[in-house]
Amino acid sequence: MQVLTENYQLYLNGIWTTLQICFYAGLLTLLVGTAVAGCRVSPLAPLRAFGTAWVTVFRNCPLVVVLFFMAFAIPTLGLNASYFVFGTIGLALYTSAFVCEAIRSGINSVSPGQAEAARSIGLGFTQTLRLVILPQAVRSIVPPLGSVMIAMIKNSAIAGAFGVGGDLYETGTRLSSAQGEAIVPVLLGVALGYLIITIPAGLLLGYVERKVAIAR
Amino acid sequence: MTEASTDTPMIRVSAVDKYFGSLHVLSDIDLEIPRGQVVVVLGPSGSGKSTLCRVLNRLEVVSSGSILVDGVPLPEEGRALAELRADVGMVFQQFNLFAHKSIIDNVTLGPVKVRKLGKDEAREEGMRLLRRVGIADQAEKYPAQLSGGQQQRAAIARALAMRPKVMLFDEPTSALDPEMVSEVLEVMADLAEEGMTMLVVSHEMGFARRAAHRVLFMADGEVVEDTTPRRFFEEPESDRAKDFLGKILTH
Repeated sequence: MQVLTENYQLYLNGIWTTLQICFYAGLLTLLVGTAVAGCRVSPLAPLRAFGTAWVTVFRNCPLVVVLFFMAFAIPTLGLNASYFVFGTIGLALYTSAFVCEAIRSGINSVSPGQAEAARSIGLGFTQTLRLVILPQAVRSIVPPLGSVMIAMIKNSAIAGAFGVGGDLYETGTRLSSAQGEAIVPVLLGVALGYLIITIPAGLLLGYVERKVAIAR
Repeated sequence: MTEASTDTPMIRVSAVDKYFGSLHVLSDIDLEIPRGQVVVVLGPSGSGKSTLCRVLNRLEVVSSGSILVDGVPLPEEGRALAELRADVGMVFQQFNLFAHKSIIDNVTLGPVKVRKLGKDEAREEGMRLLRRVGIADQAEKYPAQLSGGQQQRAAIARALAMRPKVMLFDEPTSALDPEMVSEVLEVMADLAEEGMTMLVVSHEMGFARRAAHRVLFMADGEVVEDTTPRRFFEEPESDRAKDFLGKILTH
């Protein structure tokens, strides 16, 4: 297990890069997922169709395939950016389908009378969603959304496998294949690294859940 | 029939049909409500009276026919519809107060976000309305902390805060414990006296007798009788109305 103590700086760098991917992907996926959920409950049929199509595509397409597209198809369109950017965006788009469905289930948990009351005092669709529905939906959105976010943290390893330089997963492969370290301790280190991210994330979730449960 | 007005009627419903699937819930409805008139809609459950109420601000969409509110056809979804709804107050059977907001915030939300009133001004006006419906002391509480009667009075205040041209009441007392019905009806009767145009779907015969100018009796999606309260209760013409009154007045 010496590999862990000798290379802890590498592992720390890996954790830091993974955290960065997850932070940006998390932010982006929450924005996109919320917008798509808004589309799916919109009174306008074209928006609903767009939302449904979005979810169908990204929920049913393996993450690896989405990332392949980001890695190989997008650059052929003449868009150039680091793979950190493409990998993060790919991860965010893929996850947005699941974020959308978690948010939509929360929206559906709010009694329809709330939306009717909001509309009948003249609030528009987005106002109704933002001021009345979403604040009440949060309570039932948080637990499933938390699972989605933790799954995303773990999925970031797949973006790492595509060569986002220096994330936790890539650190592991570098140590074992390039430097010839024994695989089992290296991978235990990688697993430990993900736990260092996901367990506090889970605790944070529990805290948020208690917070929104008390708030009305 | 008091406020005979030469203006356009507040509400004009022409040849409206409404289907839920194959169920014909509103069948060729024509209706005009002049300004200031208080109309009570009676009828057995399933007669379409709630649907009639809900199509008037497009919470339900009609299958065919036209609806004009203050001379303006009901718009499709979008900003124009939101603007129209701001002028049409609605009170629901289940109150539907915003559960995450205090009573005063329930009342000021529309004025601030839709009418763009300043927060202080909206609050002042909101408190005035809460005093008027007798629950000013509950302003900072949340809906779940209030009794049903208090919640419904708050819901009326919320609707009035938009300064609506017309108020729709969809069975406003049907979800209340009996001892709370009168406090809500009193608020409504005051409103009627002040000249508000009102359409009230209700089972409250006493309110219909005292406060209504006009009674619509509906059955099977049709307006079967359209008359004064006195004539409806004392000499109903249709068999269905007689049958209905017989059932509710015998006990």
